[in-house]
Amino acid sequence: MSLDTPTTGCLHSPVLRERGQREVFCGLTGIIWLHRKMQDAFFLVVGSRTCAHLLQSAAGVMIFAEPRFGTAILEEKDLAGLADAHTELEREVERLLSRRPDIRQLFLVGSCPSEVIKLDLSRTAERLNGRHGPSVRVYNYSGSGIETTFTQGEDACLAAMVPGLEETTEANLLVVGALPDVVEDQCLSLLTQMGIRNISFLPSRRAADAPKVGERTRFILTQPFLADTAHALERRGAQRIAAPFPFGEEGTTDWLRAVAKTCGVTLEVFEAVTAAPRARARKAVAAHAETLRDKTLFMFPDSQLEIPLARFLARECGMLPVEVGTPYLHRGLMEPELALLPQTVLSEGQDVDLQLDRHAALKPDLTVCGLGLANPLEAAGHATKWAIELVFTPVHFYEQAGDLAGLFSRPLRRRALLAGGQA
Amino acid sequence: MKLTLWTYEGPPHVGAMRVATGMKDVHYVLHAPQGDTYADLLFTMIERRNHRPPVTFTTFQASDLGADTATLFKRAAQGAYDRFQPQAMIVGASCTAELIQDDPGGLASTLGLPCPVVPLDLPSYSRKENFGADETFLALTRALAHPQDRTKEVSCNILGATALGFRHRDDVAEITKLLNQMGISVNVAAPLDATPEDLKRLPAAHFNVLLYPETGEGAARWLEKTHQQPWTKTIPIGAEATREFIAEVAKLANVSPTVDEKNLRQPWWSASVDSTYLTGKRVFIFGDATHAMAAARVARDEIGFEVVGLGCYNREFARPMRAAAKDYGLEALISDDYLDVEAAIIAAAPELILGTQMERHIAKRLGIACAVISAPVHVQDFPARYSPQMGFEGANVLFDTWIHPLVMGLEEHLLTMFREDFEFHDAAGPSHHGGKATPAPAQPILEPTANAATQMIEAAQALADALHWLPDAERELKKIPFFVRAKARRNTEKYAAEKGVTQISIETLYEAKAHYAR
Repeated sequence: MSLDTPTTGCLHSPVLRERGQREVFCGLTGIIWLHRKMQDAFFLVVGSRTCAHLLQSAAGVMIFAEPRFGTAILEEKDLAGLADAHTELEREVERLLSRRPDIRQLFLVGSCPSEVIKLDLSRTAERLNGRHGPSVRVYNYSGSGIETTFTQGEDACLAAMVPGLEETTEANLLVVGALPDVVEDQCLSLLTQMGIRNISFLPSRRAADAPKVGERTRFILTQPFLADTAHALERRGAQRIAAPFPFGEEGTTDWLRAVAKTCGVTLEVFEAVTAAPRARARKAVAAHAETLRDKTLFMFPDSQLEIPLARFLARECGMLPVEVGTPYLHRGLMEPELALLPQTVLSEGQDVDLQLDRHAALKPDLTVCGLGLANPLEAAGHATKWAIELVFTPVHFYEQAGDLAGLFSRPLRRRALLAGGQA
Repeated sequence: MKLTLWTYEGPPHVGAMRVATGMKDVHYVLHAPQGDTYADLLFTMIERRNHRPPVTFTTFQASDLGADTATLFKRAAQGAYDRFQPQAMIVGASCTAELIQDDPGGLASTLGLPCPVVPLDLPSYSRKENFGADETFLALTRALAHPQDRTKEVSCNILGATALGFRHRDDVAEITKLLNQMGISVNVAAPLDATPEDLKRLPAAHFNVLLYPETGEGAARWLEKTHQQPWTKTIPIGAEATREFIAEVAKLANVSPTVDEKNLRQPWWSASVDSTYLTGKRVFIFGDATHAMAAARVARDEIGFEVVGLGCYNREFARPMRAAAKDYGLEALISDDYLDVEAAIIAAAPELILGTQMERHIAKRLGIACAVISAPVHVQDFPARYSPQMGFEGANVLFDTWIHPLVMGLEEHLLTMFREDFEFHDAAGPSHHGGKATPAPAQPILEPTANAATQMIEAAQALADALHWLPDAERELKKIPFFVRAKARRNTEKYAAEKGVTQISIETLYEAKAHYAR
């Protein structure tokens, strides 16, 4: 970071709040990565054919193996009488569990239709827990599009797991947010090298490794969209460590420093552990920053990662954010980020047509948006980055900082290449 | 309630979107929560469309449910008209909005918009995507087409092509060319690339060419009843069916059925000696009924395959599909559960699967060659090149795309003769496919994959519980190239069961081979 980077921040900036057509996924989409993360879990959406179609289309690819998610599709007869729907659902779950004896965690996931007809999944979960617990743990949460946007599905899922976590009186550190395994291992290694012990992750890869929580638990989020999970952990007595999110060299260092401070790690140890990976991350980012420097950036609301990523792109890659949209702005969690983000237009919620008008007027050099908008904007002459890749790609911590910058520089390099120039 | 892992069709409002997005100057106002906007990416990503689908989603939220979703809908409809100024609008509800019963049609009519507004009533909890497309096209046609004189010269409409259809773009071009060659002009091709103004002119044509019954039959039937336009029943997929189609059209148009066939290469490609090895290859066919039935005919009558399985996922066409399957001595598989389809494929042990993207996944898991013949589609099914399925060029395309996944004739022999060669072995796959060359495994592997092998073994056990393969015979079976091994196993077991043999030896294997020799 250079000294002349503006540091006034966005803490007190006005926010443009919009209510109109949104162009975003619903919370069910989180199942696409959550079911890979939790290897003994099955996600059963109780919804419509639309939900099933979304899940198979959202990722753009289908997964070859029998997936660890499915949709119990509501039919006319389920809508006619509610008692019937509960029995039907229990029957489908019984069939599923008998075919997949490897399942240890079952998530009943509510959808728009199940919420509208007020199908009480907690009742079903309770009954099933009575029958199949403790070998199979049944949870329920809502991933419905009337209540959750995209990544909020993960928040709802993790929050649903918190009440069931075992109680502990020991001091421990809980790292919260579904990370790719390779990133989780890197994170664990950094923290262990600093001498921190008793570290666990939520969600864990397997049910048997589920973290414990208690009054002496400190937790830190790796993702900015986990507000409900944070509240649920606080209700269990755990205390949140506030920090920017671990994107880029600066974000990762600040994040680790906050943990180190809480856990009493000395400055010498902290420097010794982080110096080499910090230098690597800076070097890796620098290669891409050349492409990104002084380019304007427009972010459509998508994953709630927008503010931390805009901070990274502005401060470490020299980009100039002209609008940063987020589906939902949680000030409590976002305070450390907003303090770092150079002043820009912040927008919350969406009216996609109006936002497209602003976008067209600003003609940004790079646009971050969802898959529905990307090709139309490319065809209109804008370089775009699909936002969904940001949640499907390892992007956290030092070793991924260069890759993260690369996700944004590639569209610009590609356009230059296709235009006959140098990448 | 029914548990579904993968689905062949989306909900009916996605069918409506296929019509709206395929057309020009139409706008669809869909009462739906925010998550339903995922459907935009089907068009912008899979089909690489360079415009947003012309759809406004009201994207209501939980907090709106207690308040006033009806006003929200009216605001969205008015806003969509003001911004896009379409020639016509369609309005409807997605699955969630259907439950809150806001009546989009009624609400829109109170706005008095200065363009035709066509309400859609698509039952989300009982019907699916194809039905939605067919109903939407019918509703638009019914609302817009009006009585008028026929064109002076003989002309026809081409019905059924939509956005996100399997090769619809190229089929329409190919059939248009064919009709023009016959001296017939195309009055309107719809829904794909048509405007509402075009739909008004539909009754000017002398007859209709229906290419996709799944998405156009409703309109074809209505136009026949209301505007006395007959419609073609033959789907011109394959050389024979194209000739039959030409004859049918010639009769309707009262023109000569002679069409230049100089670019039709498929019959000779199939007759040439290199294709001898295709004889009797076992093929399993599954897709939408129209494409699957047409593919079966081409497979058997034009390429010389043996059809060992035939079915479709769209129950609406179960009747013609069952009748067609009978012609091949088969019981049709009518199912939209891909696990059923997978089980049927394992039981039939085909050498080639002609299916949808779902069957392509199944084929990959089982290590069976596969070509895609029908929706549901993936980005790969929208090639940059011209690649129709219909007409004479379509027949050429079918030959190429179905033969490509197979091991070539002489290569088959070489594999049989030198099967232990360290780089030219079964597991390396057909030599003209890149990226598959692997050194021969030192240990005998479970083929094609452990999981699939287990399933195959289970299926085989279900077939012949009492049968036992002696180790020698099992080893001998392994020497048979992979692409005929499943057939050899199946034939041997069938033969053993018929003869009452419970222990399969090398002799049983070769006796069965002699028995089934052709």
